[in-house]
Amino acid sequence: MSLNDLLGILPELVVVFTALLAIVVDIAAKERNVSASQGVVVFGLGIAGVLSIFAATDAEMLLYGQVFNDGFAAWFRALFAFVGVLTAIFSPIYLKFRHIRLGEYYALLAMCVFGMMVMASAASLLLFFVGLETMSISLYVLVGLRRDDPASVEGGMKYLVLGAFSSAFLLYGMALIYGGIGSLEYNVIAQTLRESEGIGPMTASGIALLLVGFAFKISAVPFHFWSPDVYEGAPTTITAFMSTGAKAAAFIGLIRVFGQSLATTSEHWVTALSAVAVVTMTVGNVVALRQQNLKRMLAYSSIAHAGYLLVGIVAGSREAFAASGYYLIGYALMNLGAFGVLILLNQRGKGDYSFDALKGMGTVHPVLGLTMAVFMLSLIGIPPTAGFFGKLYVFSAAIKEGHLLLAIIGLLNSAIAAYYYLRVISTMYMSKPEGDVTVPQPFGYKAALAISSILIIVIGMFPDQLVEAMLRAVP
Amino acid sequence: MLLTLSIAIPAIASLLVLLLPRTSISLIRWTSLGASVAAFIVSLAIYANFQVGEAGFQMVEKLAWIPSIGADWHLGVDGISLFLIILTTLLTVLCIIASWNSIHERVQEYHFFFLLLEAGMIGVFAALDLFVFYVMWEVMLVPMFFLIGVWGGKNRLYATIKFFLFTMAGSVLMLAGILYVYFNTVDPATGAHTFNLLLATEQAKYALDVQRWLFLAFGLAFAIKVPLFPLHTWLPDAHTEAPTAGSVILAGVLLKMGTYGFLRFCLPMFPQATLEFVPWISWLALIGIVYGALVAMVQKDMKKLVAYSSVAHLGFVMLGTFALNQQGLTGSLLQQINHGISTGALFLLVGVVYERRHTRIIADYGGIAKAMPLYAALFLIIALSSIGLPTTNGFVGEFLILLGAFSANTLYGVIATSGVILAAVYLLWMYQRVFYGQITHEENAKLKDITAVEAFPIIILVILAIWIGVYPDPLIVRMEPSLQLVLEKFQQSEFSQMIGALPR
Repeated sequence: MSLNDLLGILPELVVVFTALLAIVVDIAAKERNVSASQGVVVFGLGIAGVLSIFAATDAEMLLYGQVFNDGFAAWFRALFAFVGVLTAIFSPIYLKFRHIRLGEYYALLAMCVFGMMVMASAASLLLFFVGLETMSISLYVLVGLRRDDPASVEGGMKYLVLGAFSSAFLLYGMALIYGGIGSLEYNVIAQTLRESEGIGPMTASGIALLLVGFAFKISAVPFHFWSPDVYEGAPTTITAFMSTGAKAAAFIGLIRVFGQSLATTSEHWVTALSAVAVVTMTVGNVVALRQQNLKRMLAYSSIAHAGYLLVGIVAGSREAFAASGYYLIGYALMNLGAFGVLILLNQRGKGDYSFDALKGMGTVHPVLGLTMAVFMLSLIGIPPTAGFFGKLYVFSAAIKEGHLLLAIIGLLNSAIAAYYYLRVISTMYMSKPEGDVTVPQPFGYKAALAISSILIIVIGMFPDQLVEAMLRAVP
Repeated sequence: MLLTLSIAIPAIASLLVLLLPRTSISLIRWTSLGASVAAFIVSLAIYANFQVGEAGFQMVEKLAWIPSIGADWHLGVDGISLFLIILTTLLTVLCIIASWNSIHERVQEYHFFFLLLEAGMIGVFAALDLFVFYVMWEVMLVPMFFLIGVWGGKNRLYATIKFFLFTMAGSVLMLAGILYVYFNTVDPATGAHTFNLLLATEQAKYALDVQRWLFLAFGLAFAIKVPLFPLHTWLPDAHTEAPTAGSVILAGVLLKMGTYGFLRFCLPMFPQATLEFVPWISWLALIGIVYGALVAMVQKDMKKLVAYSSVAHLGFVMLGTFALNQQGLTGSLLQQINHGISTGALFLLVGVVYERRHTRIIADYGGIAKAMPLYAALFLIIALSSIGLPTTNGFVGEFLILLGAFSANTLYGVIATSGVILAAVYLLWMYQRVFYGQITHEENAKLKDITAVEAFPIIILVILAIWIGVYPDPLIVRMEPSLQLVLEKFQQSEFSQMIGALPR
């Protein structure tokens, strides 16, 4: 192991250290004052995020070919750190409201981020799996954190059982691929497949099992049924974190494994993946239409967004992957923001997530209302937001590769989705508030929301920098 | 820089309005009025700089915007878009004046959205880049959604969501079409794909079946906006629920984006498909003319009546466009402007009595000409211009359209002419029931006549209506060369044969 290796994985090291430090600080702090460990995590993840960008050099392989240190890894590590920081900023108000006083919460959050970062830079299926499990095990705990709430416990159980189930699928698939090809490294797999004619039955079944495993992880239809319950049961901060970070982490795996190392076998799975993309976006949107609970609505809508992203994987070109990267960054901003607003609203008396909680918010809390409106318009895909450009970029990549029908179905789906996102805006601005509906709005919180919404508009209006960066980053 | 300026002024002013303190309402109103007047003056400067006799785009501006995908900030104006831009800036000024005394709630947001809307509308008409066009087309939806949804009538929520979803459904398909065109257009300078509209039109040589799909993808979005029968159902709801100024803009400008889209995109880029669709669209337009008029006749609500009359009027515009001859096209473009003037004024007029009585039901009025003589006079002139009485603007436009329709197909002409008669029936009948006879409701006896602030926008529109009716030449000479350019494609030999063989 050389110094260069260590420097390349510096962001990961910082995050692990942050997680450990958060636990130590938590023990040392008097009266279980969790804000100390929150500070540690925000600071540590922030540094890791900045380091990720600067640590990025030309694409190189580290640690005996087990780790990529390329632009894609850099961007996604930064994204995960950012998602972690935002989640940590959103957390205290929620944890206090729910009477959760655990310093481990922040440590686990950092461990999750570590797992995601490993997934982003893994260059072999084995390391990817290690990252995935590190993330998942921390998430199992976080999802079931509200032990006094049956919904949370149920969500935790479901996530644990089905998560383990899907991990088993992935692991089995990896084992079969190893049996068929003789290696777990992405590059070697790609090389072997390029040189061989056709694929053997063992590799083929390995690919099929990997596909199922990934479909579980990104909650693609028909393997999505766990996610609405889990999303609803989990603490809302963790829902926000999962729907953006964990999803992006799984997608980068999908891009590296299916988009690249298995790319030469695409004829065997591209039809299946297209079908999955179509049903995923359609089912997600149609079911989201009927939800009366905002948290569940966002859960189903995030299934739909996974469907749009799958279109990018199906398209399979460099541009499509860059588009997916852009989309994931934009999506993280808007979905985290939407959940962030939801967390504050949750404190309006009843603590439910019905649409009623939104009534009159546009007038009572102009800043919150405006940011929420930006998040919703971006989720619909109205220009000039990141959501619009992301969709445009993904679908145009698909059209370029000849998947015109897929793009049209995706576009029609965004028209369906407009209905339920608009309902949020119309409830905020077009219904009168009932009773006292003010909520506390800590400054950092408001600032985070404002910055997210401004970023959404800026990278939507001037996408070029990010698009170029993504294109350069695509491995 | 004039075109960019005309978009930038309202856009920047809208942000400025947002930064002003919420409570200084009159400052907000004056800012917004000042900005819209400035934009109007800029549009007059565009008119002054416009070279008569030139068919192509003038005052073209081009700046790289998103080089990685080949989208430029590319604007220009020709005879087709010139008057639509002026109409937009003029109606915005008038609407802001008309909102002065009728909007009291959330004034700041109202003006923010109104100026944003103006920027978007000008952008749609000035765009020479498909990407800019689409962005502007979508951007406009949001302020309109809010204008209806926040300041509208009782059923505003239903109406505004219906409006948004209809338009959105159409425009996503258009986006797919735009992307397809994009991948078939190459910038000769760089060899990369481009959204440049001029190149896209020039290089458009699609196989017929591709043309059909593209025509439908673009055309559906436009037909919904027009709205062409049977896609019109969002319009009466949106019009009725919108606040007065919202209705004026909807009828005056937004509907024109559909007809403009056909002229700008469908006809020049997909000529063969256009020829195939001529009978279909003509018949739908004819159904719209007759159906819109018949339904308008039985309306009890004045605003609904005007809304359905828009369906009929836009049917004329579509019929003229798809007559594919010089008279039809000129008439149709002229009628687009006329409809903006006359129907805009009608909505303003209905708004005046609504402010006083909070009802738009025809039966609640009667004999009010006695109480409001000036109002009655203005209403009559505008009603007559909407019917198309000679020496008013409506006459010139409809006459040209009918000429075009007759020379394309006699049957079309005959049916369309019956629409003119029906228009006289529903408008004059309404006028009689509202203004003449005895005052049947006591509260109407004390109605205050139209005030100076209310009358000002209407008087401006009356002047325009008569001016265009008497002397339409300044408009026509600027429109015709650009329209001729559109027609040239259809007059080439291969096409003229196809026109002759059309199933009429």
